[in-house]
Amino acid sequence: MENRAIFSGKALAYLLVLPQLAISLIFFYWPAVQAVWQSFLVQDAFGLSTEFVWLENYVALLQQPGYYQAIGVTFLFSALVVFFSMSLGLLLAVMANQNIRGVQIYRTFLIIPYAVAPAVASVLFIFMFQPGLGMIARFLQRSGIDWNPVLNGTHAMILIVIVAVWNQISYNFLFFLAGLQSIPKSVIEAAAIDGARPMRRFWTIIFPLLSPTTFFLIVVNITYAFFNTLGIIDTATGGGPNGATATLVYKVFLDGKGGSDLGGSAAQSVILMVIVIVLTAVQFRYVEKKVHY
Amino acid sequence: MAFRQFGAAAATAVTLAFAASPASAVTEIQWWHAMTGPNNDVVVKLANDFNASQSDYKIVPSFKGSYADTLNAGIAAFRAGNAPGIMQVFEVGTATMMAAKGAIKPVSELMKEQGEPFDPKSYLPAITGYYSTAKGDMLSFPFNSSSMVMWVNLDALKKAGIDTPPKTWPEVFADAKKLHATSPTCGFSSAWVTWGFIEQFSAWHNVPIGTKANGLDGFDTKLVFNTPLETKLLENLVELQKDKSYDYSGRTNTGEGRFTSGECPLFMTSSAFYPSAKANAKFAFTAVPMPYFPDVKGAPQNSIIGGASLWVMAGKSKEEYKGIAKFFTFLSDTDRQVYLHEVSGYLPITKAAYEKTKASGFYDKNPILEVPLKELTNKPPTENSRGLRFGGMVQMRDVWAEEIEAALAGKKSAKEALDAAVSRGNDMLRQFERTAVK
Repeated sequence: MENRAIFSGKALAYLLVLPQLAISLIFFYWPAVQAVWQSFLVQDAFGLSTEFVWLENYVALLQQPGYYQAIGVTFLFSALVVFFSMSLGLLLAVMANQNIRGVQIYRTFLIIPYAVAPAVASVLFIFMFQPGLGMIARFLQRSGIDWNPVLNGTHAMILIVIVAVWNQISYNFLFFLAGLQSIPKSVIEAAAIDGARPMRRFWTIIFPLLSPTTFFLIVVNITYAFFNTLGIIDTATGGGPNGATATLVYKVFLDGKGGSDLGGSAAQSVILMVIVIVLTAVQFRYVEKKVHY
Repeated sequence: MAFRQFGAAAATAVTLAFAASPASAVTEIQWWHAMTGPNNDVVVKLANDFNASQSDYKIVPSFKGSYADTLNAGIAAFRAGNAPGIMQVFEVGTATMMAAKGAIKPVSELMKEQGEPFDPKSYLPAITGYYSTAKGDMLSFPFNSSSMVMWVNLDALKKAGIDTPPKTWPEVFADAKKLHATSPTCGFSSAWVTWGFIEQFSAWHNVPIGTKANGLDGFDTKLVFNTPLETKLLENLVELQKDKSYDYSGRTNTGEGRFTSGECPLFMTSSAFYPSAKANAKFAFTAVPMPYFPDVKGAPQNSIIGGASLWVMAGKSKEEYKGIAKFFTFLSDTDRQVYLHEVSGYLPITKAAYEKTKASGFYDKNPILEVPLKELTNKPPTENSRGLRFGGMVQMRDVWAEEIEAALAGKKSAKEALDAAVSRGNDMLRQFERTAVK
């Protein structure tokens, strides 16, 4: 009742929501609808001839063995990136949350990699991992490992996972650190008095209390691995060798931009959109239940 | 005296006033290109020189990123209704451009309409053939052209006890094994894997890549390069890859540094690698023609080009077309072509420019720059060696490279990989044929 007294009409509420709605409509719904429409068309690059083909683009897509490979690559890549970037981010956050000298400096340095653009990060790592030229590649070759990401799919995958993880650790670090600092000291001290050792304190108190942060980061990291790693893959491996690092989003880019196959590319992006929507829905429906707010 | 000075000042002022308001009469022509570094300077200099040579037209060059980015920017601009007047498109984008009949204006048609002096015979056929119709009408204007050559580290060869650079494939294979002893991670390697081992290889041996004169005669072309000859090449490379006598360096030219660092003593890549090799290699080196199989009748034939050409977009004003035609005449000027060739390392496009450079003794000092020209003009081009025109070529190269990679990694046999490259490529050709404007 009181609320109504403050907001006499709904007009103001709508007005305040309007900018956000407009942004969603213009930058999300409108392109999404266009992608769906485009996925039913076969068109030349310049848009001079257009043919409406119903679901033919989807059928053609599902007949490509390469598409299933890309699905597998995407899930493997995303799982690796999410797992490593989050666990390393958490590890660093726990370390940097201690009272040690110069902790501010460590924290700042740990955040810096996030400011590096994915493509630039990729180039940095190419310099280090290029067979025959890069420092790390030469070290690996000297220690008897036949390091060759241009021909060995596993090596190429390891390379892009390293770059993607490195680029994302800072983000996870930042959120975990904030999460850690919001845990009341008294709870941890109480456990310490009860005789719980640091490891036990971490797994039974800190980790469960971090779960809202962890859940949020899982959602964000999966989206990152699915979409934002495009620049890394493009500069580091170009999807090769033999499609071993071509994720779904990279294939969308490759077919649409390189191949000018806008219909097929749109069909792929529609499927990709559905996959991510389902994944996120599942997370909110089932995983979120385990989160303690 | 004072009066005269006043007069001069007034004249200057008037000139300045005119210069400051170009909107009055000058027609601006947008030129979108993909040239970086020293080649970008060349583009800017050409535009400036042309703009200074006359006062009716102004060429405005703008850099649009990589070749693929430039093409996509042009496509997007055309869809939005404001395409540039001139667009630089790489050779593999040729089919995409020529299929877009309503989007482009063929160069031969433009020159005729505008009454500019234009003799197709004055250009080097090995270069213009790539950008012409089957009847010989030039569609786009060749700008920067190169061909593939084999770069040779002479010091490394001497160390391995090899007297002369290899000429044939069997010699390359044998030398790669010998070089492997002194350079354990790479005896021989290459950049632009599909350009070298499929496109150039086929032209050089006078065998087709696809039917219909490699697609020059129509979009209903089919790929046919999964032959015993091509299989033989790939099988040999697969065998050498096992101990790194041959070592794969990726799809593009990112591996070129392996030559200049001394790691790979034999390296096949573009002739446009010259400035980089000259600047970075700390050993004696040279470039020789691509190797061939001596048991193939008529080999070597002639090589084909790589690089890019200038396309004129449709729907521009009459004044703009006039200016573009004049610009192309300006570019074809013999002295200008000679100059461009000598500063950029790209090939001259007219016969006169080639002859003049030769007569000047330039090649005696820079024999490497003549190697690609000798390859291109080795024999009159046949329908297998004039060029190639496959729709979706940008992505096609990736598909072919994927299959070659699968063979080199031992996941497929050479024959299986080539069969897959052909059949996947043919699917793409059918898709392209369908969307091409009839």
